[in-house]
Amino acid sequence: MKEIVVIIGGGIAGLEAASQLLKLGYSPIIIEKEDHLGGKVANWHKLFPDMTPAKDIVDELIASSKDSNIFLNTEISFINRLQDSYNIKLSNGISIMTKYILCTTGFRLFEAEKKEEYGYGIYNQVITNGDLEHWFNTGKDERIENSSMQAIGFVHCVGSRDEKARNSQCSKVCCITAIKQAIELKEKFPDAQIYCFYMDLRLFGKKFEDFYIKAQKDYGIHFIRGRVSEVSENIEGKVIVKAEDTLAGKPIKVTLDLLVLMSGMVCNPDTHKMAGMMALQVDSDGFLKSHDNVFHITSSTKKGIFYAGACTGPKTVPETLAEARSAVLDIHSQIISGQ
Amino acid sequence: MSIFGFRISPSSAINLDKVDRTRFEELCRIEPDAMRCMACGSCSATCPAATFSGMSVRKVLLNLQRGKEEEAFRLMSNCMLCGKCTMVCPRGINTRHIILSICRIYEKEAGR
Repeated sequence: MKEIVVIIGGGIAGLEAASQLLKLGYSPIIIEKEDHLGGKVANWHKLFPDMTPAKDIVDELIASSKDSNIFLNTEISFINRLQDSYNIKLSNGISIMTKYILCTTGFRLFEAEKKEEYGYGIYNQVITNGDLEHWFNTGKDERIENSSMQAIGFVHCVGSRDEKARNSQCSKVCCITAIKQAIELKEKFPDAQIYCFYMDLRLFGKKFEDFYIKAQKDYGIHFIRGRVSEVSENIEGKVIVKAEDTLAGKPIKVTLDLLVLMSGMVCNPDTHKMAGMMALQVDSDGFLKSHDNVFHITSSTKKGIFYAGACTGPKTVPETLAEARSAVLDIHSQIISGQ
Repeated sequence: MSIFGFRISPSSAINLDKVDRTRFEELCRIEPDAMRCMACGSCSATCPAATFSGMSVRKVLLNLQRGKEEEAFRLMSNCMLCGKCTMVCPRGINTRHIILSICRIYEKEAGR
C-alpha cells in the first residue's frame, strides 16, 4: 500500500513536496484553505533577482503535483493523536489516517495599518508591497493610476525588527524586494525620483548585491539610511515623509506621490491553531519551532511531523523549495526505516 | 539678526523637494560610479586630510546628492588629490577621478 503523507498548505512548499513525494511513489494529500494553489507566490508578479515570472513557477509546481489528492477551500477541524498515527478531520467531513504530516502553512504579511504613523489605510497614497504586486499583476489600482508620478518612496522594515510591533525578527526578503519593486516602478515611471528609506540593507543572497548596485548605478535609485518617523498628507493629497538622514546626521523631508510600505513576514495565525491541535512548539518569534536550527530545521520535536518553508521563519522562494525537498527526504528515510 | 544676544540659526534640515539635481545628474552621466557609494567610510578613514579638515569623499558625494553644494566644496578644498581613497574603496570607485570631474562640472556652472 502507498504511504499517505498529509501536506497542510498548498503554497509553493506544499506543491514542491507533493511533486517530490509522487516521484518517490507515495500518495500526498494537500489541504489548502484558499480556493487556489500557490499561496503567496501566486499573488506576486515577478521574483528577484532574475525577474522570473511568479506565475511560471506556480504553474510548473501545480503541473508536477497534479496527481496528488488536493482539497481546496478546506480547513482542519481537528487532529487526534493515536498510537503511532494521526487522525485528521477536515472541514468537508472527510477523515484521513496518516503517520506523516508535513506543515507548509507559510506566513502572513504584517498588517501595515498597525504602524499608524505610516498612514496605511489613512492616507490614500500609501500602499503596501502586496498592493504594488497586485497592481503589477492586474494594472488596477486607482491610487497609482490617478497620480502623475514625480516622486515615490519605499519604507523598509515595516513590522520587521520592531519590538513594538511584536516582531523582533528580520523578514529577510524585504530589502531585495524593495530594490526589485523600485526598479520595476522606475521602468514604468522613468522620470520619477525613487527613494528607499532603510535601516540596514541585508543583501545576503546570490546576485542580490549586483541587483543593488544596478539599482543605484543604472536606475539612479536613492538610498537614504534612516527610519521614517512619520508620514502626513498635504492639501494636494500627496504624502510628506520625515526621517533622519543618519549618514548626513540631518533631518530630511520629502513630498511623495506614492509611498510603498515593505510589510514584513510574520507568523500565520492559522499555524498557531494547528500547532495547538498537535501540541507543537512555537518559537519566541511566533513561528514554529524546529527540532534545532542547524541540523534538523525540517523536523519538529514530534515523531512524524515535519516542516518546510516559511512556517518556521521568513524564507526566500529557493530556500522554501529546497526545504520542501529536504523534508520529503526526511519523510522518505523515516518511512523506509520504519518498514 | 541678533536680539538680546539670541539669533535664529538657519535650518540644517534637508528638503528633497527643493534639491536641484541638474549638476549631480550631469556628474552621474560622466561618472556613473558616483551613485554606487555605500557609505562604508573607508575613504574618510584613510584620508590624510581628514584628521585636520574633516574631508571625506563619502560626505562630498552625499552633500552633492542632498543639494548641500557649499558644504561639499568646503570639504573638497582640503583634498590633496593623493588618491589613497581610490586605493581603499571596496567598490572600486575611482574617487580621485570623481573629485576632478566634480571640480570641472560645478566650476563651469558656478562660473568659479
